[in-house]
Amino acid sequence: MCLGVPALVIRVEGAEAIVRLGNVEYKASLLLLDNVEKGDYILLHAGFAIEKIDHFEAGETIRLFKEISDLENE
Amino acid sequence: MKDTARHISIHHGNGGVRMKALIDDIFLHAFDNDFLNNQSDSAILPVTGKNIAFTTDSFVVDPLFFPGGNIGKLAVCGTLNDLAVSGARPIYLSAGFIIEEGFNIRTLERIVHSMAKEAAVSGVKIVTGDTKVVNSGKCDKIFINTSGIGLIDDMHLSIGSGIRVKSGDKILLNGPPGEHGMAIMQTRGIFNFKSNLKSDCVSLSPLIKRMLKASGRMGFLRDATRGGIATVLNEIAGKCNVGLEVDETCIPVNTDVRVMCELLGFDPLYIANEGKVIAVVDDSDADDVLKVMHKMKTGKNAAIIGEVTSDHKGKTVLKTSAGGKRILDELVGDQLPRIC
Amino acid sequence: MKSGGLHFIDEFRDKDVVKKISREIKKISRKRISIMEVCGGHTMAIHKNGLMDFLPDNVTLLSGPGCPVCVSSQRFIDHSIAIGMSQDVILTTYGDLVRVPGSVYSLEKVKGKGVEVRVVYSVLEALETAKKNKKKKIVFLGIGFETTAPASAAAIIQAEKQGIGNFFLLSAHKIMPPALEKLARGETQIDGFIAPGHVSAITGYGIYHKLTGLYSRAVVISGFEPVDILQSILMLVKQIELKRFKVENEYTRVVRPEGNLMARTLMNRVFKTDNAEWRGLGWVPESGLEVSDEFSMFDATLYFNVNVPDNESPKDCICGEILTGKKKPSDCKLFSGVCTPVNPVGACMVSSEGSCAIFYKYKP
Repeated sequence: MCLGVPALVIRVEGAEAIVRLGNVEYKASLLLLDNVEKGDYILLHAGFAIEKIDHFEAGETIRLFKEISDLENE
Repeated sequence: MKDTARHISIHHGNGGVRMKALIDDIFLHAFDNDFLNNQSDSAILPVTGKNIAFTTDSFVVDPLFFPGGNIGKLAVCGTLNDLAVSGARPIYLSAGFIIEEGFNIRTLERIVHSMAKEAAVSGVKIVTGDTKVVNSGKCDKIFINTSGIGLIDDMHLSIGSGIRVKSGDKILLNGPPGEHGMAIMQTRGIFNFKSNLKSDCVSLSPLIKRMLKASGRMGFLRDATRGGIATVLNEIAGKCNVGLEVDETCIPVNTDVRVMCELLGFDPLYIANEGKVIAVVDDSDADDVLKVMHKMKTGKNAAIIGEVTSDHKGKTVLKTSAGGKRILDELVGDQLPRIC
Repeated sequence: MKSGGLHFIDEFRDKDVVKKISREIKKISRKRISIMEVCGGHTMAIHKNGLMDFLPDNVTLLSGPGCPVCVSSQRFIDHSIAIGMSQDVILTTYGDLVRVPGSVYSLEKVKGKGVEVRVVYSVLEALETAKKNKKKKIVFLGIGFETTAPASAAAIIQAEKQGIGNFFLLSAHKIMPPALEKLARGETQIDGFIAPGHVSAITGYGIYHKLTGLYSRAVVISGFEPVDILQSILMLVKQIELKRFKVENEYTRVVRPEGNLMARTLMNRVFKTDNAEWRGLGWVPESGLEVSDEFSMFDATLYFNVNVPDNESPKDCICGEILTGKKKPSDCKLFSGVCTPVNPVGACMVSSEGSCAIFYKYKP
């Protein structure tokens, strides 16, 4: 039940968004999230978009990991 | 006389004129061969002094039609595959039908034509059969049983027992797991996902024929059906009393299967297949076998996914993509009912 | 990324990064500490990826009561079944609940005895079922914490808007903070918590402040990929070694400090808190979510007048102690002998996120 997966919004239709993950499409509910636009990545959980995925933060987290490897190499 | 009925009635099963018309129009017309056309109680088959492989399977899949196949195609391929993985060359099939009263005859024709097509592609004849009609509600639309006979050369006799499997052998898989089960799930329309998933239902006989040629000492073969490839791996470990080490990063992936599994919490390694075979091959032959597999459509994504060891006998250890290890245990509980 | 790659997932499964973080943890970690993860998804991810292999011996990972199935009492299953046996009822549920044992049957077992049970991926499918089957009563079994409770709330609000009078919720929803605080007050040594990523996406950081402030525990909100979890453990170890406790967020790509206000608003409108029974923790005040008066016409406990007998937990089942980290699955008399994934006695064995099920399946 904790299964949340990042999916790309390809179309918004009222209170629903067609999201895509790989080649699989699903009609996610937007009843718990507003201001969703085409091109956003959302976290899909039990049929609902519950949050947007922040690209910048994702990049930051990955950068943080790389920092560890740099520290290692010093 | 041509029966113009659109639906199967209980009379189609009573052995009378209508049943004869059904058999003539649908089954004989599609399966058409001398043995069957003889319509004797038994098909008398000339078989030279070889070892005979004999197998049977019944098919109750729901829905009857799904992307990549239908119950008829499944019924033929399933039995052909059971013969092929025993090292046998399939030659004859039987087909028994249990049909629910009210079943649409055109649908029956489609299923039967599918069976004829698959049999022809594999050079196999359907030489005997049976039809029963039951009252509405006594079976779900249609159930099919197929039995098959194949011939095995002496050098392949041990494949089914796995007696040759030894430490150092390589484990090969011909393509990404989980396609059939997820295609069925997708067709059943539960969970409302849309994808281009297709069942991998196919006769593996041609592929296996080439694999056997490339490796004179094939250790073991098994097709992965219900329970997925994890179940086959556990069977090998148990039956041959060896340990298996599998590298998760080497297992071919179908992205749609992966996505559906991520979303729903399934593990593709336990999802049903109808066109996947696991082979245990001598280390020195592995690359040659892989090469011939890559030349065929049913093996184009084939990979060496692991090897046999003398450690942790009876168990399969999976090296995960994160680098850690875990035991790939046997399947507990049915994830998807009536998928084959 | 090799073929079959998925964005925002694969980058967080890099095995070289996993190794590097692991080395860093081993370098820094001195004290003998216990860290508890409280989310079934974390338990699963740790064992599925074999992450225990990457931790030093002085760091113990405890599995807490975060699997919603595990904390659903036997009584909830019995209640669901009793309702399911009423006329014209269709029970709808998330998949994992179907094999959880009640005092006699599981939902799966009663399917064959005339109770209609349908598995759904989303509560909205249950609502659709209600729309399409006007003559039936559709009861959705609401389990889960602050991630799924808003979903149930959204469904109820839709039911009201669209006048779907044959849709009902049987709520076993719970909220995390009271349970976490009870654990912090308990006897088991817990130095830090790997906080549930998706619950936190809804609630924001606020719910953990008592844990870091009053109870002086380390808290890191974690994602669910191997790299996320190990990174979170590293951050926890740092806090514990330095004795500087605060709520940190590893899952910044999804969790905002303020959480999802829209989801929380719906949840607070449709639910009110009540005392709730957690398998293992016992009664925890103000930790359960009940349908509020405004939406009482959708509350299955009010609509269906059924008899649910009081039944004791199975003898020798120590799910409770396992859920609170007091014992390990291997300490249980029934583990692997009487209680197996095929014949589970307690919920810890049934749920794929349950400690015992995972221990049984993944422990080499």
